Amino acid sequence: MSLFILTFLNGMTLAALYFLVAAGFSLIFGLMRNVNLAHGSFFLLGGYIGFEAAAASGSWLLGVAAGFFAIALVGMALQVTVFRWLAGQELRQTLVTIAISVIAADLMLAAWGAQSYQFDMPEIFWGALDLPGLDLRYSRYRLFILLVAVVIGVALWLILNKSRLGLMIRAGVDNREMLEATGINVQAVFVLTFGLGAGLAGLAGVIGGTALSLSPGEDLRYLLASLVVVIVGGMGSVGGAALGAILVGLADSFGLAYSPTYGVVYTFVLMIAILTWRPQGLLGRA
Amino acid sequence: MLVLALVLIPTIANDFFLVQIFAQAAILGLIALSLMLLGGWGGIVSLSQMSVAGLAGYTLAILGQSSMSQSLGSNSWLAAAAALAVALIVGFGIGLLVGRTRGIYTIMITLAIGVAVFYLANQNYAIFNGFTGYSGIAAPHVLGVDLRAPLPFYVLCVSLALMGWAGVAALGRSSFGKALIATRDCERRAAAIGFHVGRHRLVAHTIAGLLAGLGGILLVWFNGRISPGTIGVGPMIDILIIAVIGGMSRPSGAFLGAFVFVLLRTFAIDLVDPERFNTLIGLVFLVIVLTSRDGLLGLLGKLSKPERRKMSPRLKTLEREETS
Repeated sequence: MSLFILTFLNGMTLAALYFLVAAGFSLIFGLMRNVNLAHGSFFLLGGYIGFEAAAASGSWLLGVAAGFFAIALVGMALQVTVFRWLAGQELRQTLVTIAISVIAADLMLAAWGAQSYQFDMPEIFWGALDLPGLDLRYSRYRLFILLVAVVIGVALWLILNKSRLGLMIRAGVDNREMLEATGINVQAVFVLTFGLGAGLAGLAGVIGGTALSLSPGEDLRYLLASLVVVIVGGMGSVGGAALGAILVGLADSFGLAYSPTYGVVYTFVLMIAILTWRPQGLLGRA
Repeated sequence: MLVLALVLIPTIANDFFLVQIFAQAAILGLIALSLMLLGGWGGIVSLSQMSVAGLAGYTLAILGQSSMSQSLGSNSWLAAAAALAVALIVGFGIGLLVGRTRGIYTIMITLAIGVAVFYLANQNYAIFNGFTGYSGIAAPHVLGVDLRAPLPFYVLCVSLALMGWAGVAALGRSSFGKALIATRDCERRAAAIGFHVGRHRLVAHTIAGLLAGLGGILLVWFNGRISPGTIGVGPMIDILIIAVIGGMSRPSGAFLGAFVFVLLRTFAIDLVDPERFNTLIGLVFLVIVLTSRDGLLGLLGKLSKPERRKMSPRLKTLEREETS
């Protein structure tokens, strides 16, 4: 029983991490139809920058902020310099982002080497917490990740559904031309959304890097996770990313706990099942 | 003329060029050709062609002879035939899986499939021998000729590549090819005049599987080994890079791309830091994607006939959204 609960909690905290990365990916795709296959690079670069910032300032929180804002800026710069000029050309966007991710991975390898980095987390997260009602202790930090994901998920939902920016984003998702015709500076909305989505990946890089570690290859791992999450959950909605992340996180974690050799196959089977049943994803619109 | 050149090459080129440059370009070109068939004519950009090639290679290693105890040690030709069958089946299976998806969704799903195959090979020891994979796999002897020797291996690779090239070119002129191109250009209209779009795509996937499988077998003979690293994301992306920098409008693009790619990988080491090859190829890829819609073929076309812009519209349709 306790293995089951532990696995469940591991799955949920992994899902929290996947959600943070995939929400940005999904948002960017949903609004701008930009397939950003460099999203995993955002994750890893955010982690590295956060690590440097945290090491230089001695503050983990500053590291998190640095990861978010640095990658948000990178994302905005990318939107302005690349995506803006390739609007509507999905294949070329995809190819360009693949090129960028190949170059980024190589340059990050040159800058930070092949070793893995581990953050010093604040003392408050050390150790484990007794879970009330269960004879079980669980890592404080991992519970914190869960909390962060819930808070960010709710904040994203509020921004999208209750704010003026969210109104514009949703309108843009539904009909870009119409939104433009009403006099709204769609380009500005695009830049902001791209910054937000990219920043979330950078933030996840620091938070995820603290829970696990940062090393080359993690960019691909989280890119793949984002892909599977949005394929399963459906593109362009916070709910879809959350549902997808939970399913994929749990599949990963239970797969790893109960049949280590074939852990990844569970995720894959999940994806195939969803694809054949609902190609647009569970909460995606056809 | 090209065939003549390929025949004359062994008289002037040394063994290194024959195997490392020409044979390797022919092998990678075959795998990229399978992507060209899917992408250029079918409008299906698939990243998992390297996985199909890899699974064929693994089949060869598992059934045939290698220095690993897991290999069953059967006859090389039997193993190669089985490997081709596996490639056909895997191509068909991937076709079934991605058949209902379009455009970028297909790219994402085939990327996910490829990575899943990589992880499976990496973590499974019973069949795939995990991280180590298989080594000590050699090309067989035919009629007393050792296919491992540079010249016979060159002849084998280049003639298979030429056959693949001719085959795909003939396919493009056939009624099946025309129908496939029609489904790419406008799926609805093709369906409306009675083509079964899904079946055409499935057949294209299966044929592409055969080509990739052929490339996979040669690749294993070329390397003498296969491991998860052979089918990782890097090689998957390499095949896409090759197909795109060559150009996807015609079969020749795949081989042009492979030739340029192999040349860069072999000689760029002298120009830049060998560790930074990925930055270089990434930049080349980026520049070509940004300047040409049809890779080097497109650039060459522009150079030779600037007034006729016939190449580009073909790929434009790839980018047309599903909503149209």
